[in-house]
Amino acid sequence: MISQLRHRGPDGFGFYSDDSIGLAHARLSIIDLEGGWQPIHNEDKTVWVVFNGEIFNYIELRQTLERYGHSFYTHSDTEVIVHLYEQFGEEFIQHLNGQFAIALWDVAQRKLLLVRDRAGILPLFYTVQSERLFFASEVKALLPILGCSPRLNLSALDQLMTFWAPVSPQTMFQGVYEVSPGHLLKAVDGKLEHRRYWDWNFPQDEAYRRDSADDLAEELRTLLIDATRLRLRADVPVGAYLSGGIDSSVLAAIIRQQGDVSLRTFSIGFEDEDYDESAYQRRMIEHLDADHSRITCGNEDIAAAFEQTIFHTESPVLRTAPVPMSLLSGLVRAQGYKVVLTGEGADEVLGGYDIFKEAKIRQFWARNPASRWRPLLLQRLYPYLDISRGGSGAYLEAFFGMGLDQPNSPHFSHLTRWVSTSKCKEFFSADLRRQLNDDARKALEESLPMAFPTWHPFNRAQYIEAKSLMAGYLLCAQGDRMLMANSVEGRFPFLDHRVIEFANSIHPRLKMKVLDEKYLLKRAMGRLLPKEIVMRHKQPYRAPNVPAFFTGASPAYVKQMLDRSTIERYGYFDTDKVERLVGKVQGGRAIGNSDNMALVGILSTQIWHRLFIENYTRDFQSSTTSAGSVSLRKMAEV
Amino acid sequence: MSAETKLRTYILENYLFTKDPSALNNNDSFLTKGIVDSTGMLEIIHFLQDEFHVHVDDAEMIPENLDSVNNLVAFVTKKTSPPA
Repeated sequence: MISQLRHRGPDGFGFYSDDSIGLAHARLSIIDLEGGWQPIHNEDKTVWVVFNGEIFNYIELRQTLERYGHSFYTHSDTEVIVHLYEQFGEEFIQHLNGQFAIALWDVAQRKLLLVRDRAGILPLFYTVQSERLFFASEVKALLPILGCSPRLNLSALDQLMTFWAPVSPQTMFQGVYEVSPGHLLKAVDGKLEHRRYWDWNFPQDEAYRRDSADDLAEELRTLLIDATRLRLRADVPVGAYLSGGIDSSVLAAIIRQQGDVSLRTFSIGFEDEDYDESAYQRRMIEHLDADHSRITCGNEDIAAAFEQTIFHTESPVLRTAPVPMSLLSGLVRAQGYKVVLTGEGADEVLGGYDIFKEAKIRQFWARNPASRWRPLLLQRLYPYLDISRGGSGAYLEAFFGMGLDQPNSPHFSHLTRWVSTSKCKEFFSADLRRQLNDDARKALEESLPMAFPTWHPFNRAQYIEAKSLMAGYLLCAQGDRMLMANSVEGRFPFLDHRVIEFANSIHPRLKMKVLDEKYLLKRAMGRLLPKEIVMRHKQPYRAPNVPAFFTGASPAYVKQMLDRSTIERYGYFDTDKVERLVGKVQGGRAIGNSDNMALVGILSTQIWHRLFIENYTRDFQSSTTSAGSVSLRKMAEV
Repeated sequence: MSAETKLRTYILENYLFTKDPSALNNNDSFLTKGIVDSTGMLEIIHFLQDEFHVHVDDAEMIPENLDSVNNLVAFVTKKTSPPA
């Protein structure tokens, strides 16, 4: 029901219904504060729309549509959708520059279109119950119509504990699916049709742009400035996150250059200095003379907010990293802001992640597996791994050397991560194992496009990263959900589709020059930033995991969720194994990455079960309406 | 308790989180079977120091010494035997 989504739109509700369909909208007012109430219709009320998100090029689209003779009754970005649809039919999507989850109802054709943005910034879920299609921005709005408590999708859990997220369109809820990024779901004549309207695509046979690096850097600079300019469009003030890394610093510097816009920035710091980037944040604040607010996060803050975080992620997580992001969006909201720009996406689009470097080194090594010095390059990537001295490096060499005999496997780039993550599954109960029939890696492989094997290995790694970790986890569990938990909208200039398409057209060596990540971005934008920001070694965003729950007194819910009887009652995990893991953690014995992921994964799965299954009757069953639904049977009858 | 029993119990309980002896063969490679990751190796080295007072030099951190129960037992035996 729409009231379940109040946090996404606290400014009011709007409704439309006819004999086939009901549409509901919870509004977060950002553009056309007075007139932008949804649902919105075309001139003769034959096309209706509700949507979550922003169409950033709405001003230009409106001018075009007015030239075609369309008349507008609001100043909102929403209204361009109905007129664009009238003008271009289903191809209207190709004209949109934005982030969106759209439900469009064509009254005359009795056709419903559900459309999700290209990169997967905004969520959109659906389920079919009793010949009726229900859809909403979060699953919790769909739960009331299930009528009985949902069941955990075991294949999705298996996938999450391999890739960090289920393979789209799966969700953690059995029978509930997402509209995949870049997809359109059409309900017409009582049938559902899925269509991909956009995807990450890369040149084949080295057919990359041939322009000079300087020209390409200039083109990237122009594109990023324009992508940022469009994302500053709002009738409320717009702020920006500042992490201390190059991506958010680039955006803040671009905003500073837009003379008529004030620069208001927000950041998070950690009490534990291993995670803290405050020194770099301060350097940028001084450099840009930004009006800045900061929040500091400690172990207790993470433990205290973790349950509520899982309510918003609607999914188990393997790291606590989403929690500080929700505290940060809380700070933004408390300061009176409801829109922020973030640097998310730059690493996927422009080649910033260590996993790309790792894959590049392993590819190089795979060409001569007997080489003694090729694996030494891994030390440049992980300086703390002392491979050269023969010490524990022999282990690391064996670890990173896995799969070298299959460099063309679609799994090659991510194999080491997936093997590490899959250790979590050692804790599955015998009963769960018996019920698992699917192979997670096969499911991902089947989702890859036909052209995938023809792409450069670097591009293949980019594609997998964009589709699995970015769309499945970073943009939702750690992105949209943590922003919207506090009614804040995030905007992502690096995920402007023009930026993605441009970046996809350039050679990987311009993204990662030898092992220098985001080379072209630095070349294009470096002059706007202090040298130490451009030159710094990339620090991945992380937050304390196990220590958050076991330093000092553990919160009551941690004990309860990890208690033998609860583990046994929920049935997902092996009670003895979990007990030993908890004992190991409580004993203060050093625990590695695998133990950290397993413990956070088990704890969050347990919390997920309690929130959405055990407490279903109390918290969801009493609700009666949904965010949107259409009768497939009535459609078929027409 | 023999070194072998101590080491088996430690690996079973801390990395396989079970007491089931059939879960671990003494020749199983910790790395290729995914039993221990690289940070886990550091924990094993601490365990050898705490439990057997064995100091592990950098040059000794190789699979031949540390990558299975049998290798660990042989390594501990060698390190704790009085010099001939």
